[in-house]
Amino acid sequence: MSPAPGSAARWSPGDDQIEVQRAPEPGGAGGAYRAFGETLRGLKTTLARVIEGVNTIQYPEQKVAVYPRFRGRHKLHRFEDSGDGGGQAGLEKCVGCSLCAAACPADCIRVVAAENTPEMRVSAGERYAAVYEINMSRCIFCGYCEVACPFDAITMGHDYELSDYTRGDLIFTKEMLLAEPLDASPLRAEGE
Amino acid sequence: MTPLATVDYSEAWWIQIIKGIIIFAIGLQIVPIVLIAERKLLGRFQGRYGPNRVGPYGLIQPLADIVKLLGKEQSRPNTSIGPLYILAPTISIMTAVATFAIIPFGDTPHIFGTKVGLYGVDVSIGPLYIFALSAIAFYGLMLGGWASGSKYSFLGAMRAAAQLISYEVSQGLALVGVLITAGTLSLTKIVYAQEGMWYIVPQLAGFLIFLVAAFAETNRAPFDLAEADAELVGGYNTEYGGGRFASYYFAEYLNVVVVSGVATTLFLGGWLIPGWTQQPAWTDPFVVLFKMTLFVIFFIWIRATLPRLRYDQLMSFGWKILLPLATLNTLITAIVVVAVHG
Repeated sequence: MSPAPGSAARWSPGDDQIEVQRAPEPGGAGGAYRAFGETLRGLKTTLARVIEGVNTIQYPEQKVAVYPRFRGRHKLHRFEDSGDGGGQAGLEKCVGCSLCAAACPADCIRVVAAENTPEMRVSAGERYAAVYEINMSRCIFCGYCEVACPFDAITMGHDYELSDYTRGDLIFTKEMLLAEPLDASPLRAEGE
Repeated sequence: MTPLATVDYSEAWWIQIIKGIIIFAIGLQIVPIVLIAERKLLGRFQGRYGPNRVGPYGLIQPLADIVKLLGKEQSRPNTSIGPLYILAPTISIMTAVATFAIIPFGDTPHIFGTKVGLYGVDVSIGPLYIFALSAIAFYGLMLGGWASGSKYSFLGAMRAAAQLISYEVSQGLALVGVLITAGTLSLTKIVYAQEGMWYIVPQLAGFLIFLVAAFAETNRAPFDLAEADAELVGGYNTEYGGGRFASYYFAEYLNVVVVSGVATTLFLGGWLIPGWTQQPAWTDPFVVLFKMTLFVIFFIWIRATLPRLRYDQLMSFGWKILLPLATLNTLITAIVVVAVHG
């Protein structure tokens, strides 16, 4: 494209000019022919989906495996038996410090602490959580409680099937959080 | 006075009644099968299973659907016109079933020593009968949409009417080629005229036009403007529920079956299989049903593939492309037939 005479100073698009590829105008015999061809191409596409097979995961029977860092329903932990006859085995890790409740942005954790006594020793520390409740209908599964905990007493588990019929049933007590989940969700294998 | 139409071969009256019941029963059985086949196949075309919870492989799903619909309350809007509102689905279902009567499933074999035609009735005006009934069928949609007293229904009905006018013409002209070549209007004789070669070969253009027009006739995607769920909620059947909606639904799917049957008869040689001369008579209905199944699967395949056309696209396609093509096809066929047969 040469500039018009007498306008040498006119800006030329040069390399910035992009040739846009446009489809032919619709209509006419050519348009009908192309439409027919595109229809066949569409039919081929849908038939390929039949051959490719089904992608559905039949949910209640099959479940999607979760990643190791998936944040599901919380778990409270006890000290495991270390095997050296230490006195900590079986005691709760939670010392009732309420840092998790302070960290919780949804304000769904309620902790009431009580003193351990020599007769009734619940946790390894001075105090223990007499009440530890998580309101699962408020929890946003951010995992801040897990981060805030100085003793790794609370972690996020892998269970995601938490629905229930009443709101009251969604307030998880300490016993529920300490117990192993009934049906653990499948965990994704390394590199899957 | 000469009669308007003659009937080729008719049996005793009691055989006709039994035949009528059997054909009606088969027609009623085919519809649920097409229903579940459509939903299963649509699923497969979209990479999913489709219904698979009710019964083995979800095969009882249509039964559940029908029971649900029939169990519902029969209500109608205050603005509707009662008698027409009730009559409309009946017209739809009646015409669909009546068209089913003339599709030949075979010739006239001897069953228990009696000569029985494997069709409802073999009239000498087959295609005209089909067109007459499919024209009446649109009254079902139009009256339904009009009598509902709702804007969506009304718009759907208007679209249905426009679609009828556009596509009935092309469909008729597409068939004229076949009729000229066969030289008869009786459906069984048209099938026998295809003994050497199915009409899909010499009448390929006619077949394609007929097929496209059939999609419009049965209100199926991509020509389902009359119901267009996205814009018109449900078109002419927006205000219908329960059993009446079920009748509309039933009529729609029976129409798919009927159009498949007509296409099989006129273009795919009915019960004939080329190169198989010693074909036993009992295979005839199964051959026809097999060919119809292919058409039904194609209908579903198209529905899974093509998006709905815009209203003006539908009109311009019908009048500017299909009609001239169909006219040209008729003209060329006529010239060739005259040139060959003198």
